[in-house]
Amino acid sequence: MVDLTLQFMPYNDIEHLDTAERVEKLLDLVKQNKILLLEGRLKREEEIEFIKRTMEEIDETFKGVEIGTIEPRDKANQALLGKFRKSVVNFILGDRRGITIIGPASVVKEIRQDPDKIELFTTGKGLSIKNKKIRKKKQK
Amino acid sequence: MIKLLQQFIKKVFRDLFKRKKHIKLGLYGPPNGGKSTLANRICKDWLGEEMSSVSHIAHETREIQVKEEIKMEKDGKELSFNLVDTPGIATKIDYEDFLKQGLKSTQAKTRAKEATKGVVEAIKWLDDMDCVIIVLDSTKDPYSQVNITIIGNLQARNIPVLLVANKTDLKKSKVKKIEAAFPQYEIVAISAKKGKNMDEFYEALFALAG
Repeated sequence: MVDLTLQFMPYNDIEHLDTAERVEKLLDLVKQNKILLLEGRLKREEEIEFIKRTMEEIDETFKGVEIGTIEPRDKANQALLGKFRKSVVNFILGDRRGITIIGPASVVKEIRQDPDKIELFTTGKGLSIKNKKIRKKKQK
Repeated sequence: MIKLLQQFIKKVFRDLFKRKKHIKLGLYGPPNGGKSTLANRICKDWLGEEMSSVSHIAHETREIQVKEEIKMEKDGKELSFNLVDTPGIATKIDYEDFLKQGLKSTQAKTRAKEATKGVVEAIKWLDDMDCVIIVLDSTKDPYSQVNITIIGNLQARNIPVLLVANKTDLKKSKVKKIEAAFPQYEIVAISAKKGKNMDEFYEALFALAG
């Protein structure tokens, strides 16, 4: 029986890396059967590159990944001051906002996400805790 | 100022592709959303012949399929395009899933290998598209990272997008969920298999690419 490892990765750890290096770093860790909790999110082009590289790595032992990102949502009726505050926060924090969860498909069966919550279901294979459900509430 | 510049660039790009005689129209989305069924429906309606094979087993389309020179006419307007049916984009492919669907071990492994290559090809082709139709299965949860990533990448590349909520003939279909997930996009609800609401789809296609 193998223990399930959740590894938190602060955005600082990938901030200085270019796209290819970021993707490789994340993929390497996931291939070690770790579930990554990344502070912030990848850029759009990095996400698609991550999927592409994942596909290139798939074989009989590595089945791919499950990935989910949650970030604070804009309120439709947000006041002008609120929008301004959000723009400032976006400018300062950039891709640090929100959280990204990446896990190997052999361990993470499914990640369900909606704007307010993210749910992670494990396969139970090789885990000490079976069918564990981790629920991460939206970060305010 | 930056926003104005972005809008200007977007307009220039749009005008550029509008002047093209033939555009490349891509069908993208997760596996088993009904991309090939929609491709077949379009080809049947306008060419009288089918384009791709379809199956209930995921990753039936593992290579890019192109049907050239499809011409549509509607209310005196004409739209000419090359239709590109792409393999479904996924983050995981497990050959054991194909075993469960009744394939033999060798077939399952080959299918998985081809499917991974197909996803890579589909991603590579993204840059070549002038317009994209995202085909989503309306019986499935739309909040998947694959959907968000594809749509986000098209948006970043300034490629016009039409979202299609497919399989509305099924009882579990929940178009409203897709509308709620992507409120900034127009959603056209169809059943490509049954040919339901195709008029509205073609109208939206003309508006997007015409």
